[in-house]
Amino acid sequence: MIDKSSASLKDVLSQIKDGSTIMIGGFGTAGQPAELIDGLIELGIKDLVIVNNNAGNGDYGLAKLLKAGAVRKIICSFPRQSDSYIFDELYRAGKIELELVPQGNLACRIQAAGMGLGPIYTPTGFGTLLAEGKPTLNYEGKDFVLENPIKADFALIKAYKGDRWGNLVYRKSARNFGPIMAMAADVTIAQVAEVVELGELDPEHIITPGIFVQHVVSVAAKQPEQSA
Amino acid sequence: MSYTKLTRDQIAERVAQDIPDGAYVNLGIGLPTKISNYLPVDKDVFLHSENGLLAFGPKPAPGEEDPELINAGKEYVTMLTGGCFFHHGDSFAMMRGGHLDIAVLGAFQIAENGDLANWHTGAPDAIPAVGGAMDLAVGAKKVFITTDHVTKKGEPKIVAELSYPATGLKCVDRIYTDLCVIDVTAEGMKVIEKVDGLSFEELQSLTGAKLIDETQG
Repeated sequence: MIDKSSASLKDVLSQIKDGSTIMIGGFGTAGQPAELIDGLIELGIKDLVIVNNNAGNGDYGLAKLLKAGAVRKIICSFPRQSDSYIFDELYRAGKIELELVPQGNLACRIQAAGMGLGPIYTPTGFGTLLAEGKPTLNYEGKDFVLENPIKADFALIKAYKGDRWGNLVYRKSARNFGPIMAMAADVTIAQVAEVVELGELDPEHIITPGIFVQHVVSVAAKQPEQSA
Repeated sequence: MSYTKLTRDQIAERVAQDIPDGAYVNLGIGLPTKISNYLPVDKDVFLHSENGLLAFGPKPAPGEEDPELINAGKEYVTMLTGGCFFHHGDSFAMMRGGHLDIAVLGAFQIAENGDLANWHTGAPDAIPAVGGAMDLAVGAKKVFITTDHVTKKGEPKIVAELSYPATGLKCVDRIYTDLCVIDVTAEGMKVIEKVDGLSFEELQSLTGAKLIDETQG
């Protein structure tokens, strides 16, 4: 019997090694798998490359992971926010490497990896600082930049409900990067508010098919502390 | 003659007049967000947010805020009946794939040829952040800009060539400032409206790019 659900967050996370590349879902704090991140911090895993839209908010979740000194490099689209003071300080001190990627290119580079594609041509960023040194192509009169796929060892995402086969549904704008990150990592770990019985999720409404998910961890439903 | 600059709300109200019924629209952070306050209720305008919302509505009543229902500016919003959620891949396919009708963005500078700078000042100590700005600039069918006509120091924001790092090249279609409305065309920048009491010559003197007077009288 296949049962991807696990009661122990620590058991599931303990397979993550120092130096791993980890995609972390979320847009700001919406969809951020805070309990999984807290678990990473507790295990003391270091030297990580993190892929996220942002670079942490306040002292919560991803920001806390940065503060713990666990992150060597972050690949993101929007690090600077009103409450990104932990990242700001690390960046100004030269203690964290930043790869800045336009948000849509971040999404399609993750998708390219998930779909098994090689580098992809995207119109976004052509002629800008973020395309410097990258090959370009004019196709049907339009200019494109060649961008590499972004693949990860692990994806940590937050879904709403999951079953023991790894099928997932999400909640509102917390969905954001979850479905595409689940496809682009060797091992996807989803934290959910509830593990439900097989069959309880309507097959017509499943957003992430279980083939993309290796572990489902139930965490006590907790609302994130909202920051502006 | 003297003239009065438009307020931010008046600029927002003016842009709202140009958003047709049934349009799929992304409103950037700041002034563009105010446009939603002026969309006529008899129009169905679908507001898109990068983080995966289509047809979202106004901010919720106090106490009804949901941390998992936010827009790209990370403000609490509500969903209109018929609205939907989707992941980031689909969200940016809506832009890049040419499905989004209009994006309204702010700007540091707009060049005569329609190049846009709105993501980075280029200052050496600035922490860069780009978000969806570059995707919107190249992806939306029409890119509208709302901006003050000049900087706080009085320098033109509409320029012959960008001095700030570009967000997108030749991507701006129309500019709404506190002084005028400009169409960016292959023939150049055409002023189609300006505030009362402002002469074309005076407007040109506040602008770094060459303007063409197409105002009616």
